[in-house]
Amino acid sequence: MSVAIRVIPCLDVDAGRVVKGVKFQNLRDAGDPVELAQRYDRAGADELTFLDVTASSGNRETTFDVVSRAAEQIFIPLTVGGGVREVSDVDKLLRYGADKASINTAAIARPAVIDEITRRFGSQVLVLSVDARRTQGAVTPSGFEVTTHGGRKGTGMDAIEWAKEAADRGVGEILLNSIDADGTKEGFDLELIRLVRAAVHIPIIASGGAGKPEHFPPAVAAGANAVLAASVFHFGPDSAIADVKKAIRDAGYEVR
Amino acid sequence: MSSEDIETAPTKPTVTVLDYGSGNVRSAVRALERAGATVTLSAKAEDVLNADGLVVPGVGAFGSVMAELKSVDALRMIGRRVAGGRAVLGICVGMQVLFDAGVEHGIQEQGMGEWPGTVELLPADVVPHMGWNTVKAPEGTMLFEGIEDERFYFVHSYGVQSWDFEVLQPKMRPPLVTWSEHGAPFIAAIENGPLCATQFHPEKSGDAGARLLRNWVQSLSKKAR
Repeated sequence: MSVAIRVIPCLDVDAGRVVKGVKFQNLRDAGDPVELAQRYDRAGADELTFLDVTASSGNRETTFDVVSRAAEQIFIPLTVGGGVREVSDVDKLLRYGADKASINTAAIARPAVIDEITRRFGSQVLVLSVDARRTQGAVTPSGFEVTTHGGRKGTGMDAIEWAKEAADRGVGEILLNSIDADGTKEGFDLELIRLVRAAVHIPIIASGGAGKPEHFPPAVAAGANAVLAASVFHFGPDSAIADVKKAIRDAGYEVR
Repeated sequence: MSSEDIETAPTKPTVTVLDYGSGNVRSAVRALERAGATVTLSAKAEDVLNADGLVVPGVGAFGSVMAELKSVDALRMIGRRVAGGRAVLGICVGMQVLFDAGVEHGIQEQGMGEWPGTVELLPADVVPHMGWNTVKAPEGTMLFEGIEDERFYFVHSYGVQSWDFEVLQPKMRPPLVTWSEHGAPFIAAIENGPLCATQFHPEKSGDAGARLLRNWVQSLSKKAR
């Protein structure tokens, strides 16, 4: 027996409501985050992730309210990302009832913030979210570049090197999102997962491209310890989480 | 507790969750309330010593958790509770610090020494050990009653991987040890009279964790009556 592959629904939250973009654009409202979170908890989700996509900082308080309401009723781990810049942001999220925080742009801008957060709260509290995109031509050694702004801006940083550096600095997990695969519903970018798996010894959460349950086992075979998706769960059948778990179990991996 | 409180049975057991600025304790408070306890989040001596049960949460580095516990005088208070047969439940690093020592990044830190053993890095390909894993609970377990085959939520990189408990007092019941595995077998829980601990997070382990907390809270009310 070993640790189960985690299946994680992701809820994009804007001003207190769940949204999900196709390729991060054309956002579509899919309901109340806490209600949806409870539904996923009952349906067998192993963890939940809230991604705060609220543009204005004035509306961020609504997210803290959502986190706090979720923590009252949900007894599986909750990760919150979006707008995490420094130690105090993580502190605030934990106080409102989040278990982990995910960080993206702020860590690219100032990598030492990873050391600061993980020294204070431990590695397990911090997830590095990497939006990786295949490069046109030799921009980075691995052929995958770190992007920001939902994949619209390149950074010139090598995605694999960045994952490795962040792991060395103490981050507890990598949330690996393929910008190319995201929204396509054609499956995960397996090469990206394999490259990061070969580079780091911390858990990898694969994200981007899942369209049906059969897409998940190959991501696990490529080295993912957890799989994260949104649309498959939001707009799929009520049995979507169970279906994904069955596909993973049928492929010979353990699930809860 | 006033005499009135004792007379109005059945009273809910009181539990204090030790508040020393460690991570998300809100979930622990809510989960214990759901398990049937009246919960206080506090580090005040009166709350820590008087509650029917004390929960010691803990995340982060072994050494910093020990330092934070010392800073609120928790080591002494935990010791006093255990000596008096009063229930204590350590969770995650709150369990690890009950052992002799912890080694992180090559530095050995002193633990509380309630149990023999050193908390060391898990020899697995992927650490932290993060997610839902199974456990092997021993015969006679109180904590895992009814949930022996369930999975619990772990998140840790270090663990106690050997158990050399010398039975010096044949009349004393030896601790019940529950194991899990990640890279190597490690201790997932201990039940030792008033002192219990879990390496996983029952407050984050869904229905199985809720049942474990209920088992523990119910054991408090049995003692209270």
